[in-house]
Amino acid sequence: MSRQSLAKAHQKIQELSWEPQYHEPYMKYGTDYTFRKASKKDPLKQVLRSYFPMQEEKDHRVYGASDGAIRGNMFRQVQERWLEWQKLFLSIIPLPEVSAARSMPMLFNVVPNPELHNGQAIQMIDEVRHSTIQQNLKRLYMNNYIDPAGFNNSLRNFHSDYCGTIGRQFAEGFITGDAITAASIYLTIVAETAFTNTLFVAMPAEAAANGDYLLPTVFHSVQSDESRHISNGYATLLMALSDEDNRQLLERDLRYAWWNNHRVVDAAIGTFIEYGTKDRRKDRESYAEMWRRWIYDDYYRSYLIPLEKYGLVIPHDLIEESWKQIWEKGYVHEVAQFFATGWLANYWRIDAMTDEDFEWFEYKYPGWYDKYGAWWENYSRLATPNGHNPIVFEDVDYVYPSRCWTCMVPCLVREDMVMAEVDGVHRTYCHEVCRWTDVEAFRPTYQGRETPNMGRLVGKREWETIYHGWNWADVVEDMGFVRDDGKTMTAQPHLDLNPKKMWTLDHMRRCPPLQSPNVIVNEMDDAGRAAYLADYNRQGPAGRPAPASA
Amino acid sequence: MTTEQTAQATTSRPERSVPKPQFTDAEAGAQEFPDSSASARRYNYYKPAKRKQTHYEDVTVDVQPDPRHYLSQGWIYGFANGEAGYPLNWTKLKAWGVDEPEPVRGIGSGGGGKDLVWPAHGWHEFRDPNEEWEMTFYRYNANVVRQTTQNIENARQAKSFEQWTPNWVHFVERNVGAWMHIEHILGLYVFAAINRSCPTNMHNTAMVVNSMHKIRFAQDLALYNLTLSEEIESFDGSAHVDAWNNDPEWQGVRKVVEALTAVDNDWGEMAFATNVVFEPLLGELFRSNLVMQAAAGNGDFVTPTVIGAGEFDYSQRDLRWTHACFGPLTEDREFAEYNKEIMQGWLAKWVPMCIEAARTMQPLWSQADNKPPRFEDSLDRAKSRFAGIVAELGLETPKELSL
Repeated sequence: MSRQSLAKAHQKIQELSWEPQYHEPYMKYGTDYTFRKASKKDPLKQVLRSYFPMQEEKDHRVYGASDGAIRGNMFRQVQERWLEWQKLFLSIIPLPEVSAARSMPMLFNVVPNPELHNGQAIQMIDEVRHSTIQQNLKRLYMNNYIDPAGFNNSLRNFHSDYCGTIGRQFAEGFITGDAITAASIYLTIVAETAFTNTLFVAMPAEAAANGDYLLPTVFHSVQSDESRHISNGYATLLMALSDEDNRQLLERDLRYAWWNNHRVVDAAIGTFIEYGTKDRRKDRESYAEMWRRWIYDDYYRSYLIPLEKYGLVIPHDLIEESWKQIWEKGYVHEVAQFFATGWLANYWRIDAMTDEDFEWFEYKYPGWYDKYGAWWENYSRLATPNGHNPIVFEDVDYVYPSRCWTCMVPCLVREDMVMAEVDGVHRTYCHEVCRWTDVEAFRPTYQGRETPNMGRLVGKREWETIYHGWNWADVVEDMGFVRDDGKTMTAQPHLDLNPKKMWTLDHMRRCPPLQSPNVIVNEMDDAGRAAYLADYNRQGPAGRPAPASA
Repeated sequence: MTTEQTAQATTSRPERSVPKPQFTDAEAGAQEFPDSSASARRYNYYKPAKRKQTHYEDVTVDVQPDPRHYLSQGWIYGFANGEAGYPLNWTKLKAWGVDEPEPVRGIGSGGGGKDLVWPAHGWHEFRDPNEEWEMTFYRYNANVVRQTTQNIENARQAKSFEQWTPNWVHFVERNVGAWMHIEHILGLYVFAAINRSCPTNMHNTAMVVNSMHKIRFAQDLALYNLTLSEEIESFDGSAHVDAWNNDPEWQGVRKVVEALTAVDNDWGEMAFATNVVFEPLLGELFRSNLVMQAAAGNGDFVTPTVIGAGEFDYSQRDLRWTHACFGPLTEDREFAEYNKEIMQGWLAKWVPMCIEAARTMQPLWSQADNKPPRFEDSLDRAKSRFAGIVAELGLETPKELSL
């Protein structure tokens, strides 16, 4: 930065603000929000003269650390259990990042605050940084970690896999539909302000505990940009609150965005942190403890609640319900168990839990062993091929779940599953809020109000349905999750790289065909569906079948 | 505390709870198994443009999915009108294959990506010849702002602004100042705006880089203006706003710039009209053929270095990706003639607007004490440059150029 102070420089560049005289910019993206009474709120002050050298310096540190990691043989100390999950995470995250870049211009047209447009443009640049620096990190893992499979076909995997599709909500949700709903509330107010804490701060800390200091290096550098983005979102939110007509939409969007972030981020990052680590010190924080600190205290109590005085309707009930899902209903454990049940549909290796893990889980989540212990023991027993099929086909007291049509995570807390008939199709939802999101929120009218700009939930949202009736070997081959010998699977339910211990397409060929619970539900009559739902709600925990009726 | 007590305290300190590094031997080459060879250590889901995959391609290609590739479940969010993802009809231009239907997926269809020929259409063949990604664009722009700042600081310390002729001070405060608005609008409301609309991740990365060049250049000019306000007593730091809003010389250019932001739902036309038509006929006309020609004669060696940085962005970086983006479309194996017709139409629309705007700028050539080359000579150079760009794209020089 030159001798001119940042504040002075920032003030000067406000002279660039543009009021069209001859032509108005083309309005491509719409919103149902209005900003008629909005006073303009300043975002974080930033000028490019200081921004570029600052970012370059951050880059130097990141790339210097990368060189150091390779020279210092970091991968001799990296826990495979941990790095395998990065095959999933790093295949997903570059797309949401670059989608965030793409979402920024959606706000230019609808938020009448030129000063904020500068902040959004800088966020746009940041997001391209994040996407490409993360692709680069993955490339480094691919080149230096023992098992490149899963990294090397990363983006094909991501586009084929149901986990990738779940992750794509964190991308398409930023760039589609009502511009404020997508690029402001869902992206900046909830995803960036609340959940990047677990994504980019809590998770890297766990990486370091597992011998990987490159993930913290890259992601803490990424997180250091987020304060600018949070500031953009906050300024937009305050502007939106100035107009009372927006409050109904803000309430809707906060409910949708909060719940979807909880369903998706807590599922993925909770699993990485709890089941991807080898660090079982009793005094290290569990995901639930981290969530309580980062999300509940730092976001909900310190950020959201103070906004109540401006008229924002906070979804207190959903925040408490999310906590209940994590603490009482074992949401993260149910998800991790499902990932492991369906290991054969993925492209990374999932390590079994050991006695040391059991002890830690029991300490952190009293009662865990009674619910999940026996199933994980079965997982270990069935890990290497020995005449049996993968665990999903074996009798281990687990009922394969239906898929939630909205968040696309399966309906794992069985008692919460609900159904609805939409456009002649019976859909299953993991929770009432996911039903509400589809049936009520993402619609052209909301509580009697016209919402013509609201987006739609589209696509083939139940992964199992597109492979209904397929042989599993064909499924895995179709997705491309096969190693370079043409038969060994990329995914394995253990970490042993001895080829004799690894599952192949031949093992898959002999398995029963894939059956979509959602197709089957639609083939039932109404009475059958009602019985299915009643039985489903009595299942669990840990996917156990419903107890036999007395 | 005695030495003995200290020693006891040290030995009795409880062990800190920290993660324990373990030797895992998880580095490349530690074992042999399927996919352990060196050949497995490359991204295998895309074909490079040349023989070898580049670092740039590795960090950009296929990050953004396409339902014609492996997107087994299709787009999952849509706009209210049913559009989703990055519709290929958000420009009138076409690349081969775009009219082919997307794979239909449904119950039992499978992912539908295994046997697809890739790339499915010509848009995916675009590669930015500048190979820009985050490492490159931060280094480039950080170098530019450092050098620009040093140039201005050196001039300030050398009291070089005292050498400026009186009318040149006036020229810079109004006209060089007015130009900052143009760069700002093009950066934010053309290139940043179409960053959402273009079809692939390679396109939108190039748009973002072009956008940041413009926004940075606008801010460079604004902060230069601020320095001049502080260094030259008679320099009016707010005059550029008045010039931009009211000077007749600037209203023609302003109309064109605002029209560029108002193009009806076509990212291709916005980028083409800006970088192929506006930049050589108006941008370089003002920057290279007026400011940089006139400055030295009026005692100013600083302004050309500031303006020159922006000129380099366009002529050496942004024009290069523009060529790589639009040039192949005029030789497209399926839509070459169609695309030429569209682009010729855009030339016929935008060239007369730019020529008219250029002529309204003509009085600027007379404002400095020491005159630059004649306006007509400057315009001829700009036209010649434009004709060369158009020819390289495989297009005809439009008759409107002779207006």
